[in-house]
Amino acid sequence: MKPILAVLEGIGDTVLLLVRTLRHASSLPRQLPRFIDQCYQIGYATLPIVAILSFFIGGVLALQAGYSMSNFGAKEFIGSLVGLSMARALGPVMVAVLVAGRVGSAITAELASMKVYQEVDALVTMNIPPERILVLPRLAAVLVMMPVLAIIANLVGWFGGALVAHTVDFIALEPDKYFETLRRYTKFDDIADGIIKAEVFGFVVVLVCCSIGLRTRGGPREIGASVTKAVVTSLILILVLDYFLTKALL
Amino acid sequence: MSPCHQTRNPFSEAESPAVGVVCEQLSKSFGSLEVLKQIDLRIEPGEIFVLMGPSGSGKSVLLKHIVGLERPSAGKVMVGEFDAAEAETREKIRMALVFQAGALFNSLTVYDNLALYPREHRLASEAGIREKVMRALQILSLENAAGKYPSQLSGGMRKRVAIARALVQEPQLMLYDEPTSELDPVMSATISEIIATLKDEYHVTSIVVSHDRDLALNIADRVGILMEGRLAIVAPPAGLRQTTDERVADFLNPKINLKQPRFRELAG
Repeated sequence: MKPILAVLEGIGDTVLLLVRTLRHASSLPRQLPRFIDQCYQIGYATLPIVAILSFFIGGVLALQAGYSMSNFGAKEFIGSLVGLSMARALGPVMVAVLVAGRVGSAITAELASMKVYQEVDALVTMNIPPERILVLPRLAAVLVMMPVLAIIANLVGWFGGALVAHTVDFIALEPDKYFETLRRYTKFDDIADGIIKAEVFGFVVVLVCCSIGLRTRGGPREIGASVTKAVVTSLILILVLDYFLTKALL
Repeated sequence: MSPCHQTRNPFSEAESPAVGVVCEQLSKSFGSLEVLKQIDLRIEPGEIFVLMGPSGSGKSVLLKHIVGLERPSAGKVMVGEFDAAEAETREKIRMALVFQAGALFNSLTVYDNLALYPREHRLASEAGIREKVMRALQILSLENAAGKYPSQLSGGMRKRVAIARALVQEPQLMLYDEPTSELDPVMSATISEIIATLKDEYHVTSIVVSHDRDLALNIADRVGILMEGRLAIVAPPAGLRQTTDERVADFLNPKINLKQPRFRELAG
């Protein structure tokens, strides 16, 4: 019973945090420096790892697809497979997982540390709502940066697939043919659906990580426990939401 | 509680009513642990009230109730005319709490720590904020620390920055959690002087949690001693000596027998 109550309490706290944060939405223009800093952390600083992983995921997709499809004489469809897979499923999920692991964990660690060392209490006594300066800029930044990351992940993944499809001997697919099927079968709606997914995943990850960080109680040991909890919760939510969003967007 | 003074802050020309604090049957439990037990206490506007007591007696928890960081399990705390547990109270009354460990924002420089409050509440132009901040830093002899980060400061300097940050908030009610711990005697005396000046010249109500008996006896209008979650005595400093409560007398004048330390007794 106790774990169920703890989960319900966590959901309730997270929803309340969102409501309290949205109440300060009008103060966002005044948070511009913090917003830009968060855009840098979430977007620019995450970009290299997103690019590297996307490149190899695209490459692995092309390799696997090439191995299977060559047997059926359908290797020219590798482009469409990589294109659709990256745009609709792997791109947004991979970006969200990276944001959870790299940004979400950092957010939770920072907020949990601020909570444990009474910096959040200090804000409260100064009548500065912690949601306004700690949560709002992060949520706004993730909404702006997730589409950018998702689009870059798609482009790099597609390019990685093309490179592998072209250079691996048993596939040896010309880039022209790869990109032709990619263009033919990957529609704008597929990319848009992927961006919607990335937006939802990123928003949920940052909100959950902020909520868990701000609910940390105790000492330094609890900071580590909160980070673990935030990352695990985020990963579970990404995959659960992925199923429902995929179903809704098909 | 009606205000009896006007607070004129050293950083502001504006005057606001000084506020008092009333605790009515205040109790607080964490699980089965009862930390505060039916506290009745009235702190007058403009008063310096020092709260003492052994470690774990509930002093800091009481302080947190006054600033609204904790909600009572029973009873209530009124700050001026407002319930301390309500968030609106912090909008109506300017309160500043000097945390025991400073609670400085580690990602901000000392200057930005002090400037955060006036910036967020848009109290002055950037030039006006700079003037307030530098004045507070000057009072605490911290001019050279403005550009440093809290991690680059000693424990005592962090405490002084926390006090400077509280001063910039132009508080009507100032709360200190062990303000002189980690400070050398000279700086402790400076802090005592600041607390006394805020009362004498600006009628700021001050509530000080401290183990420092000299501080209590020198600056307090009244001293309260918490024992196991209950107020054992509330009296002016001079009245403390007349207490018949043995626990209070032992706390104020601990008997230390160096020839027979307790650990030797325990060791058998």
